[in-house]
Amino acid sequence: MSEDDTERRRRQEAELRRVWEIPRGWRYLSNCNNQVVGLWYTGTAFVFFLFAGVLALIMRTQLAVPDNDLVSAGTYNQLYTLHGTMMMFLFAVPIFEAVAILILPQMLAARDLPFPRLSAFGFWCFLIGGVFVGGSIFFDAAPDSGWFMYPPLATDTTQTGIGADIWLLGLSFIEVASIAAAVELIVGVLKCRPPGMRIHMMPLYCWYVLIVGGMILFAFPPLIAGDILFEMQRLFDWPFFDAARGGDPVLWQHLFWIFGHPEVYIIFLPSIALLAMIVPTFAQRPILGYGWIVLAAVGTGFLSFGLWAHHMFTIGLPSLSIGFFSAASEAVAIPTGVQIFVFVATLLAGRVIFSIPMLFATGALAIFVFGGLTGVMVALAPFDWQAHDSYFVVAHLHYTLIGGMFFPLIAGVYYFHPFVTGKMLSARLGRWSFWLMFAGFNIAFLPMHITGLRGMPRRVFTYPADHGWDELNLVSTFGAFTMAAGVVVLVWDVLRPGKERAPRNPWNAGTLEWVAGDPSEPWGIRSVPPVTSRYPLWDQKNLMADIDAGRFFLPGAPEGKRETLVTGVLDAEPQQVLRVPGNSFKPMVAAVLIGGSFIATTFHWWVAAALSGALGIAAIMVWLWTGTARIPEKPETDAGMGVTLPLYASGSASVGWWAMFITMVGDGTAFLSLIFAYFYYWTIHPAFPPAGDPAPDTALMVTGGMAALASWGLMLLARRANGADRPQQVRATLAGAAVLALAGGALLVLSPWQAGLAPTTHVYPATVWVIVIWTAVHLAVGVLMQGYCLAGSLAGRLTATHDIDLRNVVLYWHFAALTAATTLAVLALAPLAM
Amino acid sequence: MRGSRPGFRAFPRTAGLAGAGMMLGACSGTQSALDPAGREAGEVATLFWVMLVGAAVIWLAVIGTAVFASRWQGRPVSERAGLRLVLWGGAIVPTLVLAALLAYGLRLMPALRAGEPALTVEVTGEQYWWRVSYRGPDGAAIESGNELRLPAGHAAEILLTSADVIHSFWIPSLAGKLDMIPGRTNRLVLHPERIGTYRGVCAEFCGRSHTFMAFTVIVMEPAAFEAWLARQAAPAATAADEGAFLANGCGGCHSVRGTPATGTIGPDLTHLADRAMLGAGLFANTPENLRRFVAEAEEVKPGSRMPSFGMLPPQDLDAITAYLGSLR
Repeated sequence: MSEDDTERRRRQEAELRRVWEIPRGWRYLSNCNNQVVGLWYTGTAFVFFLFAGVLALIMRTQLAVPDNDLVSAGTYNQLYTLHGTMMMFLFAVPIFEAVAILILPQMLAARDLPFPRLSAFGFWCFLIGGVFVGGSIFFDAAPDSGWFMYPPLATDTTQTGIGADIWLLGLSFIEVASIAAAVELIVGVLKCRPPGMRIHMMPLYCWYVLIVGGMILFAFPPLIAGDILFEMQRLFDWPFFDAARGGDPVLWQHLFWIFGHPEVYIIFLPSIALLAMIVPTFAQRPILGYGWIVLAAVGTGFLSFGLWAHHMFTIGLPSLSIGFFSAASEAVAIPTGVQIFVFVATLLAGRVIFSIPMLFATGALAIFVFGGLTGVMVALAPFDWQAHDSYFVVAHLHYTLIGGMFFPLIAGVYYFHPFVTGKMLSARLGRWSFWLMFAGFNIAFLPMHITGLRGMPRRVFTYPADHGWDELNLVSTFGAFTMAAGVVVLVWDVLRPGKERAPRNPWNAGTLEWVAGDPSEPWGIRSVPPVTSRYPLWDQKNLMADIDAGRFFLPGAPEGKRETLVTGVLDAEPQQVLRVPGNSFKPMVAAVLIGGSFIATTFHWWVAAALSGALGIAAIMVWLWTGTARIPEKPETDAGMGVTLPLYASGSASVGWWAMFITMVGDGTAFLSLIFAYFYYWTIHPAFPPAGDPAPDTALMVTGGMAALASWGLMLLARRANGADRPQQVRATLAGAAVLALAGGALLVLSPWQAGLAPTTHVYPATVWVIVIWTAVHLAVGVLMQGYCLAGSLAGRLTATHDIDLRNVVLYWHFAALTAATTLAVLALAPLAM
Repeated sequence: MRGSRPGFRAFPRTAGLAGAGMMLGACSGTQSALDPAGREAGEVATLFWVMLVGAAVIWLAVIGTAVFASRWQGRPVSERAGLRLVLWGGAIVPTLVLAALLAYGLRLMPALRAGEPALTVEVTGEQYWWRVSYRGPDGAAIESGNELRLPAGHAAEILLTSADVIHSFWIPSLAGKLDMIPGRTNRLVLHPERIGTYRGVCAEFCGRSHTFMAFTVIVMEPAAFEAWLARQAAPAATAADEGAFLANGCGGCHSVRGTPATGTIGPDLTHLADRAMLGAGLFANTPENLRRFVAEAEEVKPGSRMPSFGMLPPQDLDAITAYLGSLR
């Protein structure tokens, strides 16, 4: 190596180190880099797991003997509700996002995800919401009507106190953060791959992230829509689930399980994704049947949306529906089987090195396959009628989740620990931890199958003696504590000081995240290599040394900016050098303010809620104004390897456009869930709208809808004017569009108001109101965006070539126009046809 | 335990299966889906044993293969052979097995739900008890609560609904569960076969005292059932003094037919002394428990609408207990 080279290398490393430096002291909390935020996120989710686990141990102690009175029924109901809620919403889903934030960029040889501040915002939302929901139990105020929150019990404000509101608002807040993280991860996988890594060459983990991100986008919004209806009933007595006023408690079950069943696969697939990285490494060969496993994962994702009613086999569904959902539920076993056999075949076709991650993977398989087989049993409706809501189902779901999610995750912890910390975990402690957990788990949950078939229902805080449940429950309790001991060993292994230093790429893996050498270097990857193989470290000669020498893209940071490569969605051709924003407290401030608004609403502190919400929106505006769509000092930059790339991209070439598109797909799904509710009521009522009831004022509604559509039309004109570099015209059309949108929203709200629709009297006016309000709020947000663009134009940040904001806002308005048009069609036109 | 007898009816068809024997003695009980006393439960129990054996075979095969694969140090198999394994093990065999299982399982469905009923009983779930209403031979309703009697060998139609929140009606010994949902009526047809006493429970979480929402199921000889139903239709026959019961307002919520007590908020008590249990399966029906329930209803059954009457003078409590205990 020549002296010049050494000098250049030292200079580049110094630049990168300075640009990506992790701040110290209290500024550490301003961090927005994926390596740090991912670690916070993972750690927090794990703490919530331990908390929910302790709740489970208290329950098992209570159930150890019959007629026990260690805890009261009221406390027990809080314990089991919070256990399920926290495991699902504060551990299983967030840990996927946390781990993905932590490892995805390195796997893609990216320096960071495209929206680092969004990751940080999501983390702070998660932390605030999680502490709020979990901490409620210390005030005897935790939700106590089950993680499924069935009305009319959970809508009854006299029987369920503030806990139900904490559940609804706290979790809605976290769900929004989950969707934000999903958007971030999807865009990351689609746009931040290294050059040459075409979509069929991605590490399998990335495929799973893409699939699960997509599932979150379609699964969470129905729950958010359901939460809105639910909270409107609790706060304002709108009778969505009240049978006496035309509502139906079963609608909640549909919305909840349309979310709830995909949720199971949202939890399961990311863990399988970890196995898909671990198995090839320890088989020391590429995965066998890459196409098979990708298709199977996609198939699982699709099918998981057609299974929800199997949670409702006992509500008295028609036989035809039951047959369909039984068949679909059985069918999902097939793609799952394919994924398992891809792993088995890969092991057979390789030379296996058996290690702790493999031990956990094998244990995971043993448990999960058992849970899958009992799943096939309960998928058959006649058997489910017996097993449903009994301890059999408790056993089944823990076999699938512990086997399908927890054990693979721990395999991942042992596997990725050296990548994250540079230290090895102990093989000896790993074996102890595994066998304690594996044995404890089976001792706890295997007997529950029998307990359930002997007739013990779920969610009882105690049980009478001599029904054949006593010994089985005692054994289960013993098993639970054994498993807990295994968790303690694991925690000790992770936290103990003095761990052995890990060599670089200790498992001889083939994917790019293992390029990471010293984790104290903050830059992620030294230079971004072109990729020609699915397992570059195995197949591309001398790759690691070349990366370290900075021979590839983005070897330094001469302009002192955080940069990462943006490439094409399918073929990963280099498109842009993306400048990602650095550390900032703004995401944290925004999360605190928005969270404060949700929390204040829980306590009915309306003024505080409105104030906090308005400040939160203002904080987000400041954050966007100061941190996004910055006009670079020069149009292009040297990306290394003799390639010059633009620094600015807008429209579908930009990451922001994709994020807006994906977000709005999720938003549209939530809106469609509300429309679904409308037509659901239509199917259960002989006449809907009910004959004789007032209908919203058609003239006002049509005018309002037309005004909204006209606003959208002006936005299209504004975009054209901007392209032609006519700023005066841009400003005029934007202002006109904002006026029209405001008028449209006002007219839409006026329409049911004028007709005197009282939402508390019947579900019809309530549904009309909720759809109208949804649309009006979207128009209002649209106006905010129009104002933002107007300000941008006046400030000179919006020009003919630098038009990210306008392009994204127009994209928003496509969806807003669709929403307004649908509202018009459903509320004003459909009644004429029905 | 009354009503149970060793062994299970459905078992002989699959007798001798590995692993099943050890659970044998353990499965009998008044509330066990594995000790069926009715046609529906019997068919499901058979289905379960068949699936259990199938599941055990599949589990051993898959895990055996996986462990073998992860320990195999010989010559790696070819890619072609590996993909063939994925195709057969992951796709073709599961498809065939699941299709067969689905055909078998769903075939049970119409049989489980249909049938010409000899008897109709309306059961309403309430927090936290069961309103039971038989339709007598003359079509008139015969009110009862927290106990369901059925004639053996006859189909019985149970019409299920709820007065407040969602409950679920489950008698594991007889059949699977069906939910009780406000605003809807669900129809469950039972074919009880074996005479005996069983226990039913609420299977859907319904609030604070969900745990204490059980009921007694008594399957009787048809002739004995007819006689019992005729007796139920009659007003209470008692020699005890109803004064304290009426004076303390018990009749505001409870009915005792043939007396001024005509309340409908709580269970009908006309033939309370005939029932095996008190407080929806909470206590055995003894005078001490009866007195305790009247005095401490809110404590022993939190969230129920029955107030505690512990503040009454002891002689009133004694009189109420004696009166209720005599209602046959």
